[in-house]
Amino acid sequence: MWLFDRDLWIEVFHTLGKNMFRTFLTMLGVIFAMVILVLLLGSSNGMSNGFDKIFAGTASNSLFVWGQSTSEPYKGFERGRRIRYKIEDAEILKREIPEIEVLAPRIELGGHRDVVTVYRNGQTSGSSVYGDYPEIDNITKKKLVEGRFLNQTDIDDSKKVCVIGEETYKLLFEKGEDAIGQDIRINGVFFSVVGIYKPNNNINIDGENAVFIPFTTFQKAFNTGDRMGWMAIAVEPNTKVTIVESRIKDILKNKYDIHPDDERAIGSFDMSEIFNNISAFTTVLKGFSFFVGIFTLLAGVIAISNILLITVKERTKEIGVRRALGATPRVVRRQIVVEAIVLTAFAGLIGFAISVGILAFLDSMWGSGEDFPFVKPMVSVPQFTVSFFLMVSLSLLIGMIPANRAVKVRPIEALREE
Amino acid sequence: MIEIKDLHKSYRMGSNSLHVLKGINFTAEEGELVAIMGSSGSGKSTLLNILGMLDLADSGEYTLDNVPIKDLSETKAAQYRNKFLGFIFQSFNLINYKSALENVALPLYYQKVGRKERQEKALNYLERVGLKEWATHLPSELSGGQKQRVAIARAMAAEPKVLLADEPTGALDSKTSYEVMDLIQKINDEGNTILVVTHEEDIAHMCKRIVHLKDGVIVEDKKIEQVRAQQYV
Repeated sequence: MWLFDRDLWIEVFHTLGKNMFRTFLTMLGVIFAMVILVLLLGSSNGMSNGFDKIFAGTASNSLFVWGQSTSEPYKGFERGRRIRYKIEDAEILKREIPEIEVLAPRIELGGHRDVVTVYRNGQTSGSSVYGDYPEIDNITKKKLVEGRFLNQTDIDDSKKVCVIGEETYKLLFEKGEDAIGQDIRINGVFFSVVGIYKPNNNINIDGENAVFIPFTTFQKAFNTGDRMGWMAIAVEPNTKVTIVESRIKDILKNKYDIHPDDERAIGSFDMSEIFNNISAFTTVLKGFSFFVGIFTLLAGVIAISNILLITVKERTKEIGVRRALGATPRVVRRQIVVEAIVLTAFAGLIGFAISVGILAFLDSMWGSGEDFPFVKPMVSVPQFTVSFFLMVSLSLLIGMIPANRAVKVRPIEALREE
Repeated sequence: MIEIKDLHKSYRMGSNSLHVLKGINFTAEEGELVAIMGSSGSGKSTLLNILGMLDLADSGEYTLDNVPIKDLSETKAAQYRNKFLGFIFQSFNLINYKSALENVALPLYYQKVGRKERQEKALNYLERVGLKEWATHLPSELSGGQKQRVAIARAMAAEPKVLLADEPTGALDSKTSYEVMDLIQKINDEGNTILVVTHEEDIAHMCKRIVHLKDGVIVEDKKIEQVRAQQYV
């Protein structure tokens, strides 16, 4: 087995060591290529991880549906009619469309993105106030720092409880003050705080300055009757959101006498689209990184092969002598190919060490993903293994060029006296 | 040992071809020391190259130690060279980054002889050419005569059937030349078959037989009284 042939290695290192400077310059191309490949891959991994972190806790296969104003006259109604959903719509949709996994009816005090003044002991906060079902937690997860989220008992008993955002807490409470069990006042109604949530870097549809109260309590406290502001809907994993979306719209259009071609009356937002876009983006980014990296690597390996070609030319006489002394073409070829592989593998490992160092540095500086999506930038073991073996196989293939040149050296020509 | 029948070789030089060997018939017995003489262009180097399997003849037969040498692949030729032949060159052709010992051991490496045995054998041959204490020196640290002696040790290390020497003294002054010839004669005394290509009369007369080549044919083949090189050393 040539791998354990000590003499082969001595021969190889002898030749490579004979001209250290040139060997180093030769390796530089592959070192840089490996650095670029690993940095690109690591960064795109970091970006992918960063996006994952942003979306952690948000059901990807979900959509939101709300009412807008009609843009087409229909069945005697004029255009510009405001669509207001009723709570029964939730039941209808769940019954009609079995693919809906979770449907959380929601209602907001005032209009969309309106703020309401919330009071407590003379302190105030302008917050959004939502009436919610506990199911909403399955669609946009709240990271609770204290207490609990709304539960079914709150709904059943229309308890006057609320979960507040950390922002709201800061405005209404002293630092370090225990808010659980304390009352806050909204539109003259008191609610007892049962939980505080914290922003967790993810998509936050509701903002951080918000108060969540049970939907049923909301109905009674603010006298909204059977009105429903909007719906957060999670769809079964294997169902396309767009299909469910259009079925929901059809049902609602029919129910509220909306013109079938009216695109504006029902507002909706497909979360999965963002997820698909982003995952397509990161996939393309990774693919592109790999593509660029591999070609840079190819260029580096070709540079090695090029230098080896020159070396072979310089060593014509030596190779001729070896052939005359009984070196078979196989032996000559093997030595050159092993030289190519050793150079490439060594350079690749150096490049890998450098780039991993750089990635670790980037990670320690910006890897928390606070400001932009960049979390744990690192290459995975399979990624490294694949690139490394690809590199070595490339060097094996391309090393054949100088190796075959060496084999073509005819001893008689090499030994011809000048 | 060596048998050549009707050997022809021509080289293509552009549109016209150059007929270098025009039917060579030659036999060498075991233990012979033959000088192949001729002016440049006589075909003596071509003949040696064919004998050394570095080049192929166009036609004719070549038998070496009862083995017909024909239709050789590169690999087979390399193996035969390694097994049958030892080369001694005018410009020594030592590998300059290897020590004397490593140079001598190289043919044994290609014979896949183990490392330790190789070193021992190589050292033994270096001793026989009187360079044991120079074993670890690089060729650049040796004189011309010493280099040629290392080359001779290398040629003998694989214990070949025939030693082929191409102008072995061509790059040496006469005193060193005689020392090298003395060594070659001693090796021949031990029964080794040696072919020496030379154009120097005095060197040729230190062999036992002179074959004269002219324009691709053997014009003269005679046994001679050997002049011992010892007396000039």
